[in-house]
Amino acid sequence: MDGRQCYDLLVIGGGSGGLACAKEAAQLGKKVAVVDYVEPSPRGTRWGLGGTCVNVGCIPKKLMHQAALLGGMIRDAPHYGWGVAQAPHSWATLADAVQNHVKSLNWGHRVQLQDRKVKYFNVKASFVDTHTVCGVSKGGEETLLSAEHIVIATGGRPRYPTHIEGALEYGITSDDLFWLKESPGKTLVVGASYVALECAGLLTGLGLDTTVMIRSVPLRAFDQQMASLVTEHMAGHGTRILRGCAPEKVEKLPGQQLRVTWVDLTSDRKDAGTFDTVLWAIGRVPETASLNLEKAGVHTNPVTGKILVDAQEATSVPHIYAIGDVAEGRPELTPTAIMAGRLLAQRLSGRTSDLMDYSSVPTTVFTPLEYGCVGLSEEAAVARHGEEHVEVYHAFYKPLEFTVPQRDASQCYIKMVCLREPHSWCWACTSAQHGEVIQGFALGIKCGASYQQLMRTVGIHPTCAEEVAKLRISKRSGLDPTVTGC
Amino acid sequence: MSLRRLGNVRGAAGPPSPPGRRARPPAPGAGRLSGAAREELRRRLLGLIEGHRVVIFSKTYCPHSTRVKELFSSLGVDCNILELDQVDEGASVQEALSEITSQRTVPSVFVNRVHVGGCDHTFQAHQSGLLQQLLQQDPAYDYDLIVIGGGSGGLSCAQEAAVLGRKVMVLDFVVPSPRGTAWGLGGTCVNVGCIPKKLMHQAALLGQALTDSRKFGWEYSQQVRHSWATMTEAIQSHIGSLSWSHRLALREKAVTYVNSYGEFVEHHKVKATNEKGQEALYTAAKFVIATGERPRYLGIPGDREYCVTSDDLFSLPYCPGETLVVGASYVALECAGFLAGLGLEVTVMVRSVLLRGFDQEMAEKVGASMQQLGVRFLRKFVPVEVQQLERGLPGRLKVVAKSTEGTETIEGIYNTVLLAIGRDSCTKKLGLEKIGVNVSEKTGKIPVNDEEQTSVPYVYAVGDVLEGKPQLTPVAVQAGKLLARRLFGGRSEKCDYVNVPTVVFTPLEYGCCGYSEEKAGEVYQAENLNVYHTLFWPLEWTVAGRDNNTCYAKIICNKLDNDRVIGFHVLGPNAGEITQGFAAAMKCGLTKQLLDDTIGIHPTCGEVFTTLEITKASGLDITQKGC
Repeated sequence: MDGRQCYDLLVIGGGSGGLACAKEAAQLGKKVAVVDYVEPSPRGTRWGLGGTCVNVGCIPKKLMHQAALLGGMIRDAPHYGWGVAQAPHSWATLADAVQNHVKSLNWGHRVQLQDRKVKYFNVKASFVDTHTVCGVSKGGEETLLSAEHIVIATGGRPRYPTHIEGALEYGITSDDLFWLKESPGKTLVVGASYVALECAGLLTGLGLDTTVMIRSVPLRAFDQQMASLVTEHMAGHGTRILRGCAPEKVEKLPGQQLRVTWVDLTSDRKDAGTFDTVLWAIGRVPETASLNLEKAGVHTNPVTGKILVDAQEATSVPHIYAIGDVAEGRPELTPTAIMAGRLLAQRLSGRTSDLMDYSSVPTTVFTPLEYGCVGLSEEAAVARHGEEHVEVYHAFYKPLEFTVPQRDASQCYIKMVCLREPHSWCWACTSAQHGEVIQGFALGIKCGASYQQLMRTVGIHPTCAEEVAKLRISKRSGLDPTVTGC
Repeated sequence: MSLRRLGNVRGAAGPPSPPGRRARPPAPGAGRLSGAAREELRRRLLGLIEGHRVVIFSKTYCPHSTRVKELFSSLGVDCNILELDQVDEGASVQEALSEITSQRTVPSVFVNRVHVGGCDHTFQAHQSGLLQQLLQQDPAYDYDLIVIGGGSGGLSCAQEAAVLGRKVMVLDFVVPSPRGTAWGLGGTCVNVGCIPKKLMHQAALLGQALTDSRKFGWEYSQQVRHSWATMTEAIQSHIGSLSWSHRLALREKAVTYVNSYGEFVEHHKVKATNEKGQEALYTAAKFVIATGERPRYLGIPGDREYCVTSDDLFSLPYCPGETLVVGASYVALECAGFLAGLGLEVTVMVRSVLLRGFDQEMAEKVGASMQQLGVRFLRKFVPVEVQQLERGLPGRLKVVAKSTEGTETIEGIYNTVLLAIGRDSCTKKLGLEKIGVNVSEKTGKIPVNDEEQTSVPYVYAVGDVLEGKPQLTPVAVQAGKLLARRLFGGRSEKCDYVNVPTVVFTPLEYGCCGYSEEKAGEVYQAENLNVYHTLFWPLEWTVAGRDNNTCYAKIICNKLDNDRVIGFHVLGPNAGEITQGFAAAMKCGLTKQLLDDTIGIHPTCGEVFTTLEITKASGLDITQKGC
């Protein structure tokens, strides 16, 4: 009657989870629409289809991380006989290459939706009732869309501090960093999240003067021993780390520079510094504000703002679902959202009744020294099972490639957290240095690997990963876990 | 002569079983003792074996046992006999015994702690004189263990034995290569294998990284030259430090290290000859042969005079220049790969297939990826003569080669010819024939049982000299360590040679674990297999502008066994780091379902295995378009 369009499935949010869900459902014969709209960041940055991961997350981050690693390789190269001097870095060249790649991915996503006959609307959505969503385009045009099932996959956006003068006016976030045309210059990164450490690490690696300001502990919820190794390594490689400090004010100086005032929380002393860029990485907020969830009766957690979901990913309204970063209690990771989205589509199509298993999700933090982990942190294991039942095997090691350029390997470390006799189930495995190492071990843990089984695996020589198969020293033994010889 | 009957082995000897009573059927649950009880029983059995000159495990009604007892009786030798049908838990003893010896039957004879075997073996030993040797054994040998060969396997075995309190000697001597290259302690891996190879591979990867880095915004002058001398000096100095730390480790563990060539002169005795030709004799209760292998030569005119091998390459004092690599082994391809990566002109001459024994689809992809990097392949040719055209560092060599399929001959001119056509075991000049250690005539390798024991019971072998075992450092290290623990530590764990992962460090690395597609087809029949595969484009390659359909992932699953993963193959950057964890998962019974249930790590190459959907049988397209 009012020109509304009807679908079997409507997905709000064209990020990793939403697109995976939409494509899978379409593949299974459903009539599907995706609505996606990127609200420009306070600095005016906007991007195309694909969500955080593709545009302002994993992809540009890892590419810039790679650029930083290449800088390290250029430093190593003369030791291996290459006649190359230290080179300057051009932010513009890198940004251009990264942005071009991201744009090709945006385009790829559009094509894939078309191929699968998923209708795509570049509109901002809000609920009208439990089955209907109103979409508003950039030009203010409204479209009514209704569907039997609705999936909310709107993700999250970086949080700005609300009480700090100048934060919003002069600061940027990870939404902007990867789209900067010019080098951010001397940068202050505020926050202790993995986003903060990754950004600070790559900026340092590209030769920029970088400071990270951390209020309390870095990488909260990660294993704290590993977290401190990661930050130690960063500090050892030129990132300035201000612990126990909180910013109070950002002012613009004549010219373009920013003056940041902060307080040292232990001494209460104030200090100030001048930066070209201030990057806030203090957390993310779920993108639910403009959805009019109350119209549909979808409940959120009043503290986090995230949407409450059950094991089926269903919200308080049974035919409305939420997946990805917007859902309460879910790991904020691309592959998790993708798998959850696909499984949801399969369940909605009656193809399976399998639920998403959110346990033992492996992840890697792409700091200059990469940190991979799966399963429980040592703290969580001890808290859950008691110290007397937990055995931790660990080792420091030196990657072979570090020897020739005489790189410092004092933060290369692996540990495995196991349940003691009689089962010796291995729960957690964490390693520094290489993001590729942990994937296979995550499978081992999924298979219910015991410590003994892992120790029976023959190593691949010479790799970093073989160190996992050589973990013989338990923390309890008190023996020295540092490498000797090779 | 007296035959002492041993009582109950479990705890203090209980009342002996009534004489004449036939063997009782095994008690229910026999052989299924709890882990702790089984370990205790093993310990007691080993105590018996260690504590007596002759121990015979026997059954009163067994005619073979009777023959053996009569043999010892005729030799006038005191025996300690345990009649398994007369003791409690006889079945458990037999079970434990079979774990210790891999022999399930009685009689089972031990002389001076050496397991001679059953009836036939004991009589053979008697005929060959070994039994008398064993019986005469002066328990005051110089050493508990002498290890011949100071490579990865030998050193690991020696150190572990020393840790277990034994008196151990290592004999290691590197016979210089025909070109005069020699090196220190540590064997192939450290000196002329894995370590220098991986470092040169890294140097080549850095060359690629330099090219990539321009696209990632790093700005420097276009012309970057590579200095062979700088690289080899750095690598050799690292090797020197490794060799030194091996010596230090031996000293710390009080292992006697002698830089001499060891060969058997009689049972339990070796002659050690040092560089100056001085000889010394040493005796030991047990021996481990870990002498490894050395590169093979072609046996054509000019090969020993003018060609080099991997024994020489890593310490070559000059840049090899334009190089012909002969062979298609992983050594050949790895060397060709890094030489090309360092900017040299490289040609590989291949007689038949690449990477024999590896999955052939993967092998061809490895070859193709090398061709993309500019390596030239001459297929189906073998060299027949190498002539020197010009002396120099490097000089100029002319290679004449003939087709394997016709009469065609070709000639080529190179600065260096590197032979990598295979390796021969160092078993010829060890005096093995003097003590009767069997060596395969065809391969020159030493056959062993699943306890690494050779045909002579007190002689063991580990590492590359073994017949039919993977030739890999970590395998040798593991085998050596476990062997020492079994010999001297009362442990029973054997080296598990199944599902050993390995990686070929070609410029694009190839990692694998389990079966090749060919082998899986032979063992399980092709129709029972699901082969999942895909090409993939590493994220880092996008900006670098490298090809999007070169990297490849493949798994082979057994349909009849719940789609269990029996083969894992990956061709891509960091394959070495990726493969290890998957190998661990395969040890734990990885299935396709588990792969599907596991969440990937984004964005990595390893995650590609969690989203494999296309089977080869489906014939669907696996090329990557864009992303």
